[in-house]
Formats: sequence, structure tokens, C-alpha cells
Amino acid sequence: MKFNSKSKALVAALVVALLLLPFITDALFGRGWVRIVDFAMLYIMLALGLNIVVGYAGLLDLGYIAFFAVGAYCYALAGSPHLALAFPMMFPDGVHLSFLIVLPLAALLAGGFGVLLGAPTLRLRGDYLAIVTLGFGEIIRIFLNNLNSPVNLTNGPQGISRIDPVSVANVRLSATQNVLGIEFPSVHLYFYLFLAFTALVIFASRRLERSRIGRAWMAIREDEIAASAMGINTRNLKLLAFAMGAMFGGASGALFAGFQGFVSPESFSLMESIMVLCMVVLGGMGNISGVILGGVLLAILPEVLRHIVVPLQQSLFGKTLIDPESLRMLLFGTALIVMMLYRPAGLLPSRVRRRELDSDEVPESIGRNQA
Amino acid sequence: MMVETTLLKLSSVGKQFGGLSALSDVSLHIRRGEIYGLIGPNGAGKTTLFNVITGLYQPSVGEFQFNGQGYQACKPHVLARAGIARTFQNIRLFANLTALENVMIGRHVRTRAGVLGALLRNRATRNEERAVVERARELLRYVGIEKPAQTLAKHLSYGEQRRLEIARALATDPLLLALDEPAAGMNATETASLKSLLQTIRDSGITVLLIEHDVKLIMGLCDRVAVLDYGKKIAEGIPEEVRKNPDVIAAYLGASHD
Repeated sequence: MKFNSKSKALVAALVVALLLLPFITDALFGRGWVRIVDFAMLYIMLALGLNIVVGYAGLLDLGYIAFFAVGAYCYALAGSPHLALAFPMMFPDGVHLSFLIVLPLAALLAGGFGVLLGAPTLRLRGDYLAIVTLGFGEIIRIFLNNLNSPVNLTNGPQGISRIDPVSVANVRLSATQNVLGIEFPSVHLYFYLFLAFTALVIFASRRLERSRIGRAWMAIREDEIAASAMGINTRNLKLLAFAMGAMFGGASGALFAGFQGFVSPESFSLMESIMVLCMVVLGGMGNISGVILGGVLLAILPEVLRHIVVPLQQSLFGKTLIDPESLRMLLFGTALIVMMLYRPAGLLPSRVRRRELDSDEVPESIGRNQA
Repeated sequence: MMVETTLLKLSSVGKQFGGLSALSDVSLHIRRGEIYGLIGPNGAGKTTLFNVITGLYQPSVGEFQFNGQGYQACKPHVLARAGIARTFQNIRLFANLTALENVMIGRHVRTRAGVLGALLRNRATRNEERAVVERARELLRYVGIEKPAQTLAKHLSYGEQRRLEIARALATDPLLLALDEPAAGMNATETASLKSLLQTIRDSGITVLLIEHDVKLIMGLCDRVAVLDYGKKIAEGIPEEVRKNPDVIAAYLGASHD
């Protein structure tokens, strides 16, 4: 990637700002908000993963949270005492694998589930595909809810607790660490971990988007019949899109389990799938910066609302008239309707930049957005 | 060793949709390096034949050989790899991608980079990408639309879209280029320049199969012509011969009643 000096400075400023973000947030709003920012990062990763499936390949997936669940439970089972209950002979202390092993494992497992979902849905498109994926998401959640008998694999609705925190090279992210005289509380450490992974996901998305594979996905999105007439093996590429999206979802699920220390089926409801899909749609399908914006907005705004609405009503009326949760849904619904009317392609539609580049001075380089 | 002169050979191909026989017992052969025209009244089965050849439909009976190999129940992408490229009667471009990207997608089948190549962007992948862009630009120039390379396909003019479809098809390095009514909706000037483009393509060694309604274009351009009517081939030969064939005249103008 080539940067001119101006954009180089901009990137440097952005990096510094992101590195300082947990400290600034902590100082201004308190530690609880750093945690909220951490969750926002997880949502961004999820939305970017879903963006591969929905934004690039055009496959509407309403059960995406299932892959997040698979990753989270994979991490939970491979890093908690829970399996000692189910298999006391084999694992007397449960399983405690290293984070560096479990994370790729979770991603691969979720990727496998992605193919499992993709294979029977290859002939479906649009609303039909949406219904099947929705069903898939629910199947996974219901399995997690009920797999506590005959063998207690998931501990049912109680979920799995006492999950090992993420530790990298013997540094446990669950405890405050002291580096060069600076105190890094746990939420800050997780922030940096998530930041690194988000950067990785952005990097992978960008590279995939501007590659032979990414172009083939977009061709399928635009016109599947024409794509196959141009020699694109639509079956394999759709499966690949499902698998890649699911891998990102699974990896973020594993991070979620390590961060939270507890997983239960209710974290993986249909509403969560819809939320992630809304992030992608609101921000701008197929556009990485749009999806990030959508993720930030939808993950942070409800919290802002919660912290403003209740005190505001308390001071105005002396009691809470409207519960922030229902107000959130009201605003959310209104926002989506307004969006569909005025910006149907999302806040940052993917082609704006392209049209700016429509001038004659097209760079000779391969990537079109490399400026 | 004799070089096989027949590129595409259909033997008694039939296609049924429920009780409707869209094609029955169609046999024809297309020679390398010729422009082969396929004409017939509306609903005669021309596009069905096209879809069978390009793998969108599977023939109900019969078989076809392409480049000396038999193909039975093949997916479109397999036939594209084998060297059959097509355009569509109602243009099917990748509307929200640029003209250049449309042609680059045509290169998919002749390139190899996978996920790992995309993520690592190693030397081989970079070289391949560069070659793809170069070839795509070359093809846009070849069909005469290099200027709007960065315009979204849906914003191109109708004639440009038709040409872009041809460029995209050529990007797959086809042996046989199958064009479904490329001159539909074009004015006389556009048709004339399309004609010279098709001749250039033929002269570059690519065999062309052409469905067309514009009889003047067919007669002036094609080396041989086949006529379909109600799913059957009723005539085949050089254009002058076919034009005088009484069955063809009857199919187009209606049979006389005496």
C-alpha cells in the first residue's frame, strides 16, 4: 500500500488515537465504558465477517450469530472445567487448552459449520435463503439450550461459566498488568487484543475484496447465471463465502467467551443476528468502513441512550416513564425506515469512492482504492 | 495428422419442458474459424439451443461434442473452461461493478489465485493481477470502449453494454464465442461497427456463433446459416442458398395455401 505523506500522518494519528482510546474513555466516562467499547470491537468483527457473506457474495444470512455461538462454545468447552462434568474419567479437571490453539480451532469449527449451512442452501437465494439461515441459527441455539442431557455437553440454559481468561505468553488478560510503570487494567488489555484482531479482520477483508476470489463473489452477487457462464464455479465460491464469514464469526465468538468468562444460549438469539445484519446494512453493505461505522453506531448508541434517558427522565419527571430498551427499539426502527427512504445503500455506500475515481487519472496500480 | 475442422457438433439434440418440445432432433456442426448464424422466427428455439450449448440447460436427449470431447449434463462453468463463452439476449452484466471489473471477472477461469494468494498477495498473485488488469484493458480497447473503464456497467450506454458483454466473453479466451442477438436494439451505424468487430474477432481465429434477427447482418456476415422453426432445423447452408429455400420462406412469411 502506498500512502502519500498526508494520509500517512492521518493513519499515524488514527493509530495513536486508537491506542489511547481505552485510557481516554476510562478517564472521561469510567471503566464501564471501556467494556462497552470492547464489545463494540467484537460487534465490528462480527459485522465484517457477515459482510463477506451478505455484502460481497450477496447471500442473505439471518442466522449468522450461530457461528459466533459455535466459536464461543468451542472456546468455553476447551477452556473451562465444564467437561469434567460430562467426562470425569477423561478430563478430571476439564480441558484447558491454550488460547493460541483454541482460537484457530474455533474458527475452523465455525468454518465447518458454515459449509454445513451452505451446502443445503446452494440453490436458494434472497428471502428463501434468509428463512433457511434463520432456521439454522435457531437450531444451533436450541441445541445449545438442550444439550445438557443425556450427556451434559453445554450445560443447557445455565450456560458454561468459569471459562479461562485469554492469556498470551503467560500474561493473563484478566488481571491488571504493569508495563513500564503504566497500569493496564483487564478491560484495556482486552481492548488491545480485540483491536489487533479487528485490524487483522479488516486487512483480510480488504485483501479478499480486491482479489480474484472477491471479484467472483461480487459477480455471483450481481448475477449468478452470468457468473457461472463466465466460468465461475458458483457452488464452491458460495461455500467459500459461507466458510470465510463463519470463520471470522467463530474467532470473534472465541474472543467473546474468553472476555466474558461465561457463555449461555441467550447471548445468541435471533435478535443478535438481526443486530449484526443491521450493522452491515446501516453502514453500507460491501464497504468495510461503512460496516465499521454501522458496528460502532449500533453497539455504542444503545448504551449512550441508556445512560442519558434514565437520568434525564428522572430529573424531568422524577421517575422513569419510558424504559430505555423500548425507546431504543423505537429509535432503531425509525432510523432504519429513514435510512431505507433516504440512503438505501447505507451511510457509506460502497461505490461512492469508486465514482470519485471515475476521472481519467486512474492509477496504473491494481487496487482501485489504493490511493 | 489432420486437424479436426469441426469445433462443435450437435447430434440429435432435443430439449423438453414438460410436454413442450423446445428443440427436437437438432443436428449441426460448426467449423473452426467460421461465423455461423442461427436464425428463425420468435419462439423457434434459438435461445434454448444456446442455453443447451452453454450448459444452462441440460439436453433431454442427444449429445454434443466440443473440441473433440463429449459433454453431457455439464455445468456452465465447465463449458466456459472448455472454451465456450456467451453473451445474453437481455444483457446480463455485473451492473454495480465497473466495466474493467466486468472484464476482469471474465479472466477468472484462466487464472488461479485462491484465498491464500489473496491474503498473502505474494509475487505470483501480484503478477497475475497485473496481467488480468492489462488483459482487461486491452480487451476494452479491442471492442472500442476503453474510455469508460471505471464507469459502472449500469451507467454505460446500451451499445457500450453490448460491447462490454463481448469483451467479458472474450476475456475467457474462448474457442467459440456465442452471441445471442448482439445487434438487437442497435441503429444502422452501431450495427455496421458491430459487424466489423465480429469480423475482426473471426479473423483472430475465434469461431463465432450468432443468433440474430437482423437478416441483412446475418446474410452479410455469416459463412453458414442454420434456420430453426418450432424447435427443428429446417435448413442449413451458405446464406444465399438458405435465403432461397422454400421452407425458410414459408417459416418466415407463412406457407401459401394453394
